Amino acid sequence: MHEFITQSWSWWFSGFLISVIMFLLLYFGKSFGFSSNLRTICAAVGAGKTAKFFDFNWKGQIWNLVFLVGAILGGTISATVLRNDEPVRISKETISDLMELGIAAPESLQPSELFGFDAVFSLKGFLILSIGGLMVGFGSRYAGGCTSGHAISGLSDLQIPSLIAVVGFFAGGLIMTHILLPFIF
Amino acid sequence: MNNDINNIEVDEFQPEYDNDLKMRELDSMCVNESKLEHKWYYNVKYLLVGIIFGIVFVKAEIISWFRIQEMFRLQSFHMYGIIGSAVIVGALSVWLIRLFNIKTIYGEEIIIHPKPYNKGVVIGGLLFGIGWAITGACPGPLYAQIGTGASVIIVTLFSAVLGTWIYGLLREKLPH
Repeated sequence: MHEFITQSWSWWFSGFLISVIMFLLLYFGKSFGFSSNLRTICAAVGAGKTAKFFDFNWKGQIWNLVFLVGAILGGTISATVLRNDEPVRISKETISDLMELGIAAPESLQPSELFGFDAVFSLKGFLILSIGGLMVGFGSRYAGGCTSGHAISGLSDLQIPSLIAVVGFFAGGLIMTHILLPFIF
Repeated sequence: MNNDINNIEVDEFQPEYDNDLKMRELDSMCVNESKLEHKWYYNVKYLLVGIIFGIVFVKAEIISWFRIQEMFRLQSFHMYGIIGSAVIVGALSVWLIRLFNIKTIYGEEIIIHPKPYNKGVVIGGLLFGIGWAITGACPGPLYAQIGTGASVIIVTLFSAVLGTWIYGLLREKLPH
């Protein structure tokens, strides 16, 4: 049983659980949208004085911050009690594509070339994560949601703007992966 | 629904709450908001759902940079299967909520507000996708990644908060 849980989970079981999470949040009178937490954090640290966009009753969003803390704890539980030391089993094609860019085959969940301490304390590594992070934060709010709000909640409600957003997410991802990434590495 | 953000700013006849709600609708943020006041321990259930979220996202390897790369290289069904099955079951549950008029745990109606379309959906969507592919993190998995001990992801998190802040500062000058 323990092994069954600690191995990596199948796509259908994981997808099902994600929709259960969305349903539970709706049932609790809330909705599934993670990127709004970034706005709440801005408001909570005083961004309301700098822009009207952050001048709202952020305390009404505490439930979502609690959900966020849960996500951190869930990550910790997965990395301790439910630990699985096997590398991510990505396809051979991806491994050889990434090797051409100078990124070694997976040894764990993340590549050390990007997320190791050496990488982050180099200028290039720091810029990759910080500029990427800026685009995630800026883009998700500009688009009105991220993968959870648009791709999962929006598409589940068959909303056309969410479909357009998701097409945009993927177009952006394809541009980065196939056009920009070879220049970065 | 073509929302003009300027309407929101000048609409002073609306009570405070409505302004806030309209603003949040524009951002397609959580507008399905209970009007009830609750004690702090009511939040425990969100903690539990959050823990499930974190575990699923790690065990399904959604938080892995490698999996995101594999997805954008169209070299595996894994991520498409996850998103696809989540949306299909999600759509089914939304349909059932409407069909049986399922109420929230507190007996209020479950309302899913439509997400308005504006130019930001396209421009912001593209920018988000570019950032997603290089960092391997969307705003949810970001926290689960940090939870697994990948402490350097805090750089990505701070930048994402800063990016949202910059959006808030520039939002009236940006095309919507």
